[in-house]
Amino acid sequence: MSVLQIDDLHTYFDTESGTVRAVEGIDLTIEAGEIVGLVGESGSGKSVTASSIMDLVQHPGRIADGTVRYDGQDVLSLSEDELAELRGGEISMIFQDPMDAFNPTQTVGRQLHDVLRSHREGSVHPLVRALGLDHDADCKAAVVEMLDAVGIPNPEARYSDYPHEFSGGMIQRAMVGMALLCDPKLVLADEPTTGLDVSIERQILGLFKDLVEELDTAVLWITHDLSVVAKLCDRVVVMYAGKVMEVGSTEAVLSDPASPYTQALLDSIPRYDRPDEEMYVMEGDVPDPLNRPDGCRFADRCPEVHDRCHDHHPPRFDTGDREVACYLAEGDAE
Amino acid sequence: MSEDARSYTNVKWRVYRRIRTDLIAKLGAVIVVFSIAMAAFSIVDDFLLSELVIETLLHDPYELNPNNRLAEPSLAHPFGTDEQGRDILARVIYGTRTSIIVGVGSVLFAAIIGVSLGIVTAYYGGLVDNVGMRAMDVLLAFPAILLAIALLASLGRGFTSIIIALGVAYVPSFARVTRSKALSVKSDEYVTAAEVMGYPTRDVLVDEILPNCFTPIIVQGTFTLAVAIIAEAGLSFLGLGVNPPTPTWGIMLSGAQQYITTAWWYSLFPGLAIMVTVLGFNLLGDSIRDALDPQSGGEERRL
Repeated sequence: MSVLQIDDLHTYFDTESGTVRAVEGIDLTIEAGEIVGLVGESGSGKSVTASSIMDLVQHPGRIADGTVRYDGQDVLSLSEDELAELRGGEISMIFQDPMDAFNPTQTVGRQLHDVLRSHREGSVHPLVRALGLDHDADCKAAVVEMLDAVGIPNPEARYSDYPHEFSGGMIQRAMVGMALLCDPKLVLADEPTTGLDVSIERQILGLFKDLVEELDTAVLWITHDLSVVAKLCDRVVVMYAGKVMEVGSTEAVLSDPASPYTQALLDSIPRYDRPDEEMYVMEGDVPDPLNRPDGCRFADRCPEVHDRCHDHHPPRFDTGDREVACYLAEGDAE
Repeated sequence: MSEDARSYTNVKWRVYRRIRTDLIAKLGAVIVVFSIAMAAFSIVDDFLLSELVIETLLHDPYELNPNNRLAEPSLAHPFGTDEQGRDILARVIYGTRTSIIVGVGSVLFAAIIGVSLGIVTAYYGGLVDNVGMRAMDVLLAFPAILLAIALLASLGRGFTSIIIALGVAYVPSFARVTRSKALSVKSDEYVTAAEVMGYPTRDVLVDEILPNCFTPIIVQGTFTLAVAIIAEAGLSFLGLGVNPPTPTWGIMLSGAQQYITTAWWYSLFPGLAIMVTVLGFNLLGDSIRDALDPQSGGEERRL
């Protein structure tokens, strides 16, 4: 059974100027131990998809339609208590800016300790915690071990450091450690390495990949960086303006993109080995989410657009090694 | 870690450094520590030692001496005596106790209720926020001192009543300050992270939001203490404070009214005591605020 199965997910935001259709009919499946990349430009609905999976969409957002199944159970129909059980334990999350994702008033070790302890033995009264009476030697040992596993030098000493005393790369390692601490089956990572420089990013990606393979954890990695996808992911989902444009194995999609949008994304990467080549710039913007075209969402910017693209958003055609939402692939469909 | 880095990141360190280097901050801190020491001394001396120490050093603040009414300041009575012959210095020292107990008590009372209310309304928003904050608006519509007088009238006199009365009057200021800070903290990513980790709401409120709201609460607390000390003196002056013969600066001023032309020392010294104490708390509050807020541009001042 798939770890995560999203069917026809619609997430809307009711604003004063109208309904913003952030996500319009996403289908996504993640198998156990699989790393899936979710790519797309800013505003394509990647992060909203992630919060919908956790049923964490904040007012005025709402999940208008569709189902999210985690391990066969319908996440959207769970009670708050059942959701709390799921979050942090079964599904965990890595944030874009780890410096903001740690509470600045508590030590990093303490925060990891509390996550593990509350997962193992339930929450304690805040007063007990404030006095430090909930300290658990086993949990501390596990946390130190995890800090060591994510490559933080001298973990015993770093345990009692505050977040601001960590460097950017180190705090992201700690964040990865926190996400994997309770041995989750699914990790949602929302652009976690965007703020890091390339060499540190590569170190953390390598480490992360090793760790999730070892723990057999499934991952949904949200990014706009296709080179990260190429390095890390088994499969890739390309999103544009709330719709899935192309899904397939990373190798197939990146080496031979079938959707003109994927092609355009790939062409937009500056090539350091061809400095004389003129840089490709995708014309236009992501369509206004309040007023999206009826036809293919990408039609206005697509170099290979033809008449019927403006009539309906294309269905997804299965071409064997991938699914593509583009009429160009119709002939190849099985 | 270097001192510079520490001074930027560590709140306690920043306040400490300010007090060490800034003269005004130091003055405020010295006055505050001195007032609290005086209050502590009078509490111990009055309740545990039955005025033993103050009697040995000065005079019994309660002892009437009709033969020595309104005596000018002298070596025996450095601040003079009042209309019943009691030593004014001893009574001013004992008066610190009332001011500090009422000040600290009412601020704690207001902070506990106001901070909880501010955090809860900010976190839940919507109806909870509207009901809570409109209730605060109702309280704010009355001048604090008037509200306190009305409450005192129904609660009767005494330490507890005056602490509750002033405490209730100051709840809205704490609720508002906390709410505005909590609103910004609430949207910080670590709060979302805690929710994603499946923490119960109680833990999110107490462990994630509360500690990150402390800075404005501490500043508000220091200023409110100064205001509460003045209010207590005012209420005592009007005869609504603690029961006589407990020495308080307000009651002394009230008694000194009719002798203001004949016995200047009787009104001067309790008045000075109020002024200096309130000034001390205000200076300390200013300095803490400047130390914690890099934008307020608090240059270190040297006299």
